[in-house]
Amino acid sequence: MKKLFSLLLALMLASSMLGALAEAPVEIYFLNFKPEIATVYEEIAKAYEAATGVKVNVMTAASGTYEQTLRSEVAKADAPTIFQINGPVGLTSWKDYCLDLSGTAFYEMLSDKSLAVKDGDKVCGIPYVVEGYGIIYNNAIMNKYFASANKATAFTSMDEVNNFAALKLVVEDMTALKDELGIQGVFASTSMAAGEQWRWQTHLLNLPLFYEFSDMGGDTVLSGLAANEIGFTYGENYKNIFDLYTNNSVTAKGLLSNKTVNDSMAEFALGQCAMVQNGNWGASQILGVAGNTVANEDIKFMPIYTGVEGEETQGLCIGTENYLCINSQVSPEKQQASIDFLVWLYSSEEGKAYVKNDLMFLAPFNTFEDDEKPEDPLSKEVLRWMEKEGVNSVQWTFAAFPSEEFKNYVGDALLEYLQGSMDWEGVHQVVVDSWKSERAL
Amino acid sequence: MQKTLRKYFPLFVLPTLIAFAVVFLIPFLMGIYLSFTEFTTVTNSRWVGLQNYVTAFTTNREFLNALWFTVKFAAVSVVSINVIGFLMASLLTRGIRGTNVFRTVFFLPNLIGGIVLGWIWQMIFNGILYHYEMTLTYSPSFGFWGLVILMNWQMIGYMMIIYIAGIQAIPGELYDAADVDGAGPWQKLTRVTLPMVMPSITICTFLTLTNSFKLFDQNLALTAGAPSKKTAMLALDIYNTFYGRNGWEGVGQAKAVVFFLLVALLAFLQLRITRRREVDQ
Repeated sequence: MKKLFSLLLALMLASSMLGALAEAPVEIYFLNFKPEIATVYEEIAKAYEAATGVKVNVMTAASGTYEQTLRSEVAKADAPTIFQINGPVGLTSWKDYCLDLSGTAFYEMLSDKSLAVKDGDKVCGIPYVVEGYGIIYNNAIMNKYFASANKATAFTSMDEVNNFAALKLVVEDMTALKDELGIQGVFASTSMAAGEQWRWQTHLLNLPLFYEFSDMGGDTVLSGLAANEIGFTYGENYKNIFDLYTNNSVTAKGLLSNKTVNDSMAEFALGQCAMVQNGNWGASQILGVAGNTVANEDIKFMPIYTGVEGEETQGLCIGTENYLCINSQVSPEKQQASIDFLVWLYSSEEGKAYVKNDLMFLAPFNTFEDDEKPEDPLSKEVLRWMEKEGVNSVQWTFAAFPSEEFKNYVGDALLEYLQGSMDWEGVHQVVVDSWKSERAL
Repeated sequence: MQKTLRKYFPLFVLPTLIAFAVVFLIPFLMGIYLSFTEFTTVTNSRWVGLQNYVTAFTTNREFLNALWFTVKFAAVSVVSINVIGFLMASLLTRGIRGTNVFRTVFFLPNLIGGIVLGWIWQMIFNGILYHYEMTLTYSPSFGFWGLVILMNWQMIGYMMIIYIAGIQAIPGELYDAADVDGAGPWQKLTRVTLPMVMPSITICTFLTLTNSFKLFDQNLALTAGAPSKKTAMLALDIYNTFYGRNGWEGVGQAKAVVFFLLVALLAFLQLRITRRREVDQ
């Protein structure tokens, strides 16, 4: 019976495979992860074919479906030669398909070798973009506050705001003066609509867990991956900043479940609020809003302070979720062609121009000179914070979160907390319990 | 003539049969098979026996919660849709002026797709709740009643049309005879109208019952299960299981098979019960 079904299934697929039988010259098949830049990759593919004669097929997975798409594409005869994983978690399911990249020209270009994902000594994935997030603030509004005669704090510039206590004082005083400052709230809406909660259940949750795993010593992602249970010991710190966001928000707590990330970014762009938590990828969302009132030079970053001891030296959360891998199951010619393509993209003049101007990547390769870095205000800020003396970036520990569902449970609990149907104790419990149950699956 | 028909019968039925097999029968059988396997692509599956069924019920309570929510929803909406639909039908068969306009207006919501309806009603509800600084996700009961209102709005018109057809088919002599026997309006309703429209009631309860259980679009667009999956119905839970987790496709499939058996059983029972009450005209 089972055999019959397999036969049936095989037959159904067979028709779709007929087209792939013809022998083709070496072609690169790049399965792209970022839908927002799909068209840029297609242009790059054309340019590469014009320059070298090698054809690059770019296929883009729809948002949120990369894993599924990759699974079905890899099963085909014409499998992707270049694909992406999201870090150590993705590596566990794809390591059989990852070519060892150590010794290749592409790996040599990586400026910080520790950024690569490795399986033992095998170099499996190489990051191609570094991103950072923190609290984005509108410096014009901040200066207006610091210049105000009615302010109740002694701060005179954002450089002095270097811990949670200071941030809280400033923010609460700004809320009191919001009419004078011309804002509707200090923070943009804490977007809690379905699918729009990632800034809280992933990015913000990164901080308490980063500190918890730091206390265990060693690499926080590795400690996190090894942790079957967590204590959420820095939960109070999460509550600190989350309450600050929602108590001083543009939108009342009960209405937040309607808000999207786009709404928040638009509020920031229109000057209705002074701060919003997001990453450098949000630059286009600010600059692209019609009626944008924020000048480029006023868009600044500050770290997310949560009231942890010694956080004055904390920097932005810097990391990457995007690693390029070469499929080890395709022919060696295709593997080499794929590596050549990536080397071209990240080291040739033409390729680098695409990376800088169109992809707008902060690429972690030593082939990029200082004047070849992206020029949007937030990327520049990320660089400024990375290079700042005496400041340590926070790692993207959320790569160790047990599953997507874990994040969703936390997001649901946060929403209930905002709506008053759950107390903080309940949220704490959900974080601890769902980590344990999701890790056990 | 009969003979030729019988001779060419297979030929004429073939296109439909192929279409039916390709889009329904084969996927259905594949689905049942896949519920006993672990798979990510349908061509690459590994037999795991009943494991998926065990996981569906024991790992967490989401499936059972969704089941209970769906049962409550179906109970409320089947009754309310049919009662209101029948009332509308009896009002609109009395020759009131503008009957046809009303019939059309009440039927119109049924022509709008579920996702669109869900969004429209979400905006309406949130617009009202805005004044109280709340949204639909504030409490599961908001979502529940929101769904009931939405479904009533959508389905009443359709059921009404079926009841109108049923009422119009009742011979007028029956009412004349009832008048002669001295029956009042209530007796006429319970002793004449209801028994005579029993076939319509069978159809309408069948449609509302199965539709309530299979509800998906409206649920997704209105609340998407928020808060904390407390307003997720069976179909949405299956969808979330299938697409929400890697490696859980088989579990989603197992839930879907359980879902199918449940709906089939309920529909079968309901048909038997209401059929028995139908009278021959």
